[in-house]
Amino acid sequence: MTITLDLPSIALGKPAASSGRDLRVLPLVCKLCHTTYPGTASATCEECLGPLEPVYPAGRALPSAAQIGARSPSLWRYREWLPFEGTPVHSLDSGFTPLLESPSLARLLRVARVWVKNDAVSHPSLSFKDRVVATALNAAHALGLDTVGCASTGNLANAVAAQAARAGLPAWIFIPHDLEPAKVVGTLVYHPHLVRVRGNYDDVNRLCSQVADRFGWGLVNINLRGYYGEGSKTMAFEIAEQLGWRLPSAVVAPMAGGSLLTKLEKGFREFAEAGLVSGQAPRLYGTQAQGCAPIVNLVKRGGEAVEPVIPRTIARSLAIGNPADGRFAARAIRDTGGWVAGVSDEDLLTGIRLLAESTGVFTETAGGVTVAGALALAEAGRFRSDDEVVLCITGNGLKTADALEGTLPAAPIINPKIRELEALHGRDL
Amino acid sequence: MAVTFSLPTVLARLTDGQATIQASGTTLGDVVSEIAGRFPRLAPRLRDEAGGPYPFVTFYLNDEDIRFRDGFATPVREGDEITVVAAIAGG
Repeated sequence: MTITLDLPSIALGKPAASSGRDLRVLPLVCKLCHTTYPGTASATCEECLGPLEPVYPAGRALPSAAQIGARSPSLWRYREWLPFEGTPVHSLDSGFTPLLESPSLARLLRVARVWVKNDAVSHPSLSFKDRVVATALNAAHALGLDTVGCASTGNLANAVAAQAARAGLPAWIFIPHDLEPAKVVGTLVYHPHLVRVRGNYDDVNRLCSQVADRFGWGLVNINLRGYYGEGSKTMAFEIAEQLGWRLPSAVVAPMAGGSLLTKLEKGFREFAEAGLVSGQAPRLYGTQAQGCAPIVNLVKRGGEAVEPVIPRTIARSLAIGNPADGRFAARAIRDTGGWVAGVSDEDLLTGIRLLAESTGVFTETAGGVTVAGALALAEAGRFRSDDEVVLCITGNGLKTADALEGTLPAAPIINPKIRELEALHGRDL
Repeated sequence: MAVTFSLPTVLARLTDGQATIQASGTTLGDVVSEIAGRFPRLAPRLRDEAGGPYPFVTFYLNDEDIRFRDGFATPVREGDEITVVAAIAGG
């Protein structure tokens, strides 16, 4: 299938930074001290070391729901809310994943309706990281960076490797040395420079902060982080559009670094400000594995400062003990009236099976955390009977199939004889 | 105790471009104080008004986040490497 971008250009105002290409990144502003910077490959404020995010021109022309609906089914249909001026060149077909209604889950959660936002089938690498890499690679292009990379717990490695291969960009990808085999294979197949680092994700991240400093590459979740993170907003945009231009009352999402929660809040808010949806902002609920739950702990404890932990969980894609956006995720949860849930590894495996059996979606361990977390929140009385709940399923189960080993019933083996099947079935067919 | 103190580029502009500095002290707090005295423009980037580290500045003593130790009260030994990392990413 060929996807084309169906409008010639984004015209949002004066360019912020240019590499001589027909694509420019927007300026950046510090989320803490509000110092502004021209568009650049840096995610850190020089004044207070706070995180940077893009500044969108005030008064820019925004499309109507009908105009958006007529565009190609990719995340670029929301391009006025993505941090560029000009025409994107990479990853034009990522995004616009299915939103599936699940009456079975609605009964289990004792709410009016439940939908699953199914990024387990995201294109091209089967996780929501395709969204953020699509924006980051275009930022790299706009800034004239000819090598990209990332620090990853697995899904991001897959997304960077796949999309860099298609873009023809060399990629340097850093992962913990003991990552799940499927995520290693799902990266190596694209032939990037894959480096396995002794230590956990936080050790890899520290190294990559120094790599970005030393080598000047575009590390998508480090020095391109301000542009990268904006891609996550498209999950909120799609939910609103796929519900018929309205908002759900609650959204449940997994938390690793915490960025997704903050971008869901931002995405719903931006659509409301644009007049595309109305009504109460959804209550945001964040879930983590109990073996790595620094944001859950922060919300329950109160305050602003994350206390880092050493991860001990099979939910490897969420195993970030020092979450950069933890305080902002906690704020989004509190401000929207949501809450948090931490679940055991045993419960997340149950969550994986429950989603598969109820909805026909096979998710990875992070999705199991989301489903098990939603059940825990329901059990704790956090949902109302008239709630309309969206569960964000962020990755595909084939990536962590080994986690289910020993938890599923063995399949019987028979000879190709009908009587053997009859015996197995327990009655005549 | 003589130690090596490494800064990210975004802070090295406040130390005349030196990303690696030799310093001394018996605790990490001593080392930070010594460096803050030598580079006054850098001082408010390393410590907040209460004298502690900022939420977005992580100090590593060799390979360990000092929040898992005793923060600025953590003792340092001869030859230790201290690394300052700003706004660690995630996900």
